[in-house]
Amino acid sequence: MAEATIREAGPVGMVTFRGDLGAEPVQRALGEVAGLDLPERGRAAIGARTLLWMSPDELMLVCDRGEAGALAADLSARLDGVHHLALDISDARTVLVVEGAVREVLAKLAPVDLHPSVFPVGAFRRTRLNQVAAAFWLVSETEARVICFRSVAEYVRKLLDISAEAPVAGLYD
Amino acid sequence: MLTLTCPCCGTTAEETEFAPGGEAHLKRVGPGSDDAAFEEYMFLRENPKGVHFERWRHAYGCGKWFHAARCTVTMDVFGTYSAQVTEPPQEIRDRISARRPGWSWREFA
Repeated sequence: MAEATIREAGPVGMVTFRGDLGAEPVQRALGEVAGLDLPERGRAAIGARTLLWMSPDELMLVCDRGEAGALAADLSARLDGVHHLALDISDARTVLVVEGAVREVLAKLAPVDLHPSVFPVGAFRRTRLNQVAAAFWLVSETEARVICFRSVAEYVRKLLDISAEAPVAGLYD
Repeated sequence: MLTLTCPCCGTTAEETEFAPGGEAHLKRVGPGSDDAAFEEYMFLRENPKGVHFERWRHAYGCGKWFHAARCTVTMDVFGTYSAQVTEPPQEIRDRISARRPGWSWREFA
């Protein structure tokens, strides 16, 4: 019996945003378009959509596949004259959903301390899963989302499957 | 194992999440310089046993470059700091002096 289940999230919209995240017009436009408060450093803002803190000048908006193009265009329209980049990159990456003993499944693959005191629900981390770049965030104690480039999605899927096969060691109980 | 803290995103991670970028604070010597100065800039690198300054990139994380001051013997990291400086900040130098009195590296001490 596997200790976690892994499935592809299916078509997911992803909009990358680059710009000065500290600037007031940028914060206002992002907040209004995403319908979320901007995430703090190293966090994911989770609501109807999700905003991921990718780097000091980059956020990623995760949304429905059909609305990604319109959201990117809306951001650019609101920030006319402000230096930024908003682009629908839904085809670049795949989102995987891990349910079950997610902390242990991920801890075996990434050089990340996944103890709840260090990596609480809502934390977001760009790192590597074994050999490839990936990122993940915890939606709850039993559900994590993993994003990786589409070209390596099968590899990551198999990694997670293998990691989920072993019995839970109870490291995070 | 070398453990670095990226000053750009605040993440503390082990070295496999970073990409090394060689020696820090090199000063480019351009066209018109004499051969000895160009050789020094192009090829000659510090290889200290002790305090060292390096460039690193948070390759699997936020993707940003930064500087690190560390000890090549003990893997102690004295501190990491912005890539947008041409010499180690005083705060980093003070921290090294506290733990390695009398240190020097190129023209810095």
